[in-house]
Amino acid sequence: MNPGSPPKKNNWSWRSQAFRGVVYQIVAIAAITGVVWFLAHNTLVNMRIRGIQSGFDFLAQSAGFDIGESLYPFDSEESYWHAFLIGITNTLRVAVIGIILATILGTLLGVGRFSRNALVRGLCLTYVELFRNIPVLLQLLLWYVVLTEVLPASSEAWQIGHFFLSKGGLNYPIPVWATGQLWAAFGIVGSFVLIWIYRRWARLQFEATGQPRSGFWVPLLILIACSLIGWALGGAPTELNYPVRGEFSIENGGALTPEFLAVLLGLTLYTASFIAEVVRGGIASVARGQGEAASALGLNRNQEMRLVMLPQALRVIIPPLTNQYLNLTKNSSLAVAIGYPDVVSIANTALNQTGRAVECISIVMLVYLVTSLGTSLLMNWYNSRAAIKER
Amino acid sequence: MSNSTTFQPIAPRPAPVNTEGPVAWIKANLLADWKTTLSTFIVGGILLWYVPQILNWALFKAHWAADFNLCKIEGSGACWGVVTEKYRAIIFGRYPFDEQWRPLVATVLLTGLLVASCMRMFWRAWLPVLWLVVLALFFVLMYGNVAGLSQVDTDRWGGLPLTILLASLSLVASFPIALLVALGRRSNLPAIKTFCTIYVELIRGVPLISVLFMASFMFPLFMPQGVQIDVLLRVLVGITLFAAAYSAEVIRGGLQAVPKGQVEAAATLGLSYWQTQRKIVLPQALAMVVPGIMNNFISTFKDTSLVAIVSLYELMGAMKMAVNSDADWRPYIMEGYFFIALIYFVFCFAMSRYSHWVEKQVNKSKLR
Repeated sequence: MNPGSPPKKNNWSWRSQAFRGVVYQIVAIAAITGVVWFLAHNTLVNMRIRGIQSGFDFLAQSAGFDIGESLYPFDSEESYWHAFLIGITNTLRVAVIGIILATILGTLLGVGRFSRNALVRGLCLTYVELFRNIPVLLQLLLWYVVLTEVLPASSEAWQIGHFFLSKGGLNYPIPVWATGQLWAAFGIVGSFVLIWIYRRWARLQFEATGQPRSGFWVPLLILIACSLIGWALGGAPTELNYPVRGEFSIENGGALTPEFLAVLLGLTLYTASFIAEVVRGGIASVARGQGEAASALGLNRNQEMRLVMLPQALRVIIPPLTNQYLNLTKNSSLAVAIGYPDVVSIANTALNQTGRAVECISIVMLVYLVTSLGTSLLMNWYNSRAAIKER
Repeated sequence: MSNSTTFQPIAPRPAPVNTEGPVAWIKANLLADWKTTLSTFIVGGILLWYVPQILNWALFKAHWAADFNLCKIEGSGACWGVVTEKYRAIIFGRYPFDEQWRPLVATVLLTGLLVASCMRMFWRAWLPVLWLVVLALFFVLMYGNVAGLSQVDTDRWGGLPLTILLASLSLVASFPIALLVALGRRSNLPAIKTFCTIYVELIRGVPLISVLFMASFMFPLFMPQGVQIDVLLRVLVGITLFAAAYSAEVIRGGLQAVPKGQVEAAATLGLSYWQTQRKIVLPQALAMVVPGIMNNFISTFKDTSLVAIVSLYELMGAMKMAVNSDADWRPYIMEGYFFIALIYFVFCFAMSRYSHWVEKQVNKSKLR
């Protein structure tokens, strides 16, 4: 035996750490299995006694209820499966738009906390403290009351241009579908290719000559030009579908329901206050010397923010920002309280109609788990790109 | 005599620019350059336009008397009469009217204990014991059926006492679970680590409302035949399990911040796993996570408003029920919402200030 290494003790005694570990784990697994078996057994017995059916076969049955709003037409004859799909798209619609708006508003508020103007600083601080200390459900309900009771009836809707705001929601003009829009979409896709080529060329130029080129204005110009060219090639359609005052409601045009608006407003304003704190914390975490060094190099305030402060702040900002995105998505489930047909609301109706609690709740949980894990993966990938590249 | 010999004073230097006082502050913070000045005028103009309108609505033109006919007058502001009329039903829910001193005393006791727990001089070994005593007292007072108090079933409980009970009890109950799960996630034993990770990720991946639906629809199915659990207890278990997952992550962050050398030093001293955790790791980690736990408590406090969806009438549910049940006052539910928003704001704002203070205290030890 090699005298250098200690004898490996793997005896079956309580004194061996490895043995104890195995015992602990066996006990834990046994306990968890026991509890799960106990609960499952009780559930099966209870369901048999109460005559509750189980299984996901109900998804193929006809739903028998109408859904207030959906991205595509839904008929009460269609299946539960279809209804759930509409619930999921409604959840995603409000979550995605909410995330975009909350990010913009939150970033403005967070940067506003560093303003040289005391009024702006104070206003941002007041906003953050006010909105994050009131439960989001209360805010949703309050917005819903404001939208459905304080606003005028649709016969006396507030009108700004071709936009109408009333108890019936927000009505706005939408372009009439024509081949021109399709061509414009082609133009946008084409512009992405051009932008990619331009950025590659700009980087090579920068590495060769040290001459920086705009990474924002030129691509924006390419994007606008390409979509305009596409639109013009497609015959330049300019026809819009304007909303008009009908006898009982505002007709034609696009419409957003008060439920959707209340959920969107509530979630956006609430989450923006948290995002503002995340952004403020991120900028505050960059060492003061960095900004001073940037000034010493002759960068102006704009360049200092864009080239020095933000890239460093982003590393601190992204992980908590991901959390806020996930929170917003999860909070969209509160839409059930004001009757916006999101996935929880659909599941709740289905649960009450079919009595299949286990199935409906597991569908809801699965939807949110997939969304949460998907968002985390995406943001982790982005974070790994923004992280410090260490050798 | 030439000019060069006479004393010729040089021109005095200008007095130093004042850097203190209100005028200097205004110059630096409101009128520094043309951009700042412009935004001062724009923001100030908006404030001057809207703040008087809001104040007029909320205070000067508002009606405070419990008379809804006053509020119908054209040009009236807020109708706080709804609060004057209904405040007992809003704060105590459906609790029997004549017995409402009991939830009042119970709430004052529990809130007092919460405040005391935030103060350093009460951080003694007897504090957990005091918690148990006060919680027992709370239940005795609310439920009754002893010492001449009439019995009040949990489905009549409501309003602010329920909100505070749900928040504080789930905090207390979730702490030990969170501690064990956090230790489990850092354990070397794969089975325990996997289980704890799945628990935390599963709970954090779903919204609280689905957990509450589970508590109210699925828990009855989980129980053996003939066992009925009170809906309050079911919801409490749901919120506790939910809060535990979030606290576990906060505690895990604290555990990770303890330098590895500390654990290795404990191992060289021959301490066992539990001795190491109890005497070396946890005292350092827990001091760091107090602000995080406090933030979790604030969000749990706000999240208790969700139990209204599964028909428990906490503060918000009680307000909606009190106002909606009365057709005369129903148009003024907005003022009711503002009233409870104010209550939530006062509690949450105070707690977040406290959390800031603790954070400063914790950081003080690091900045010697």
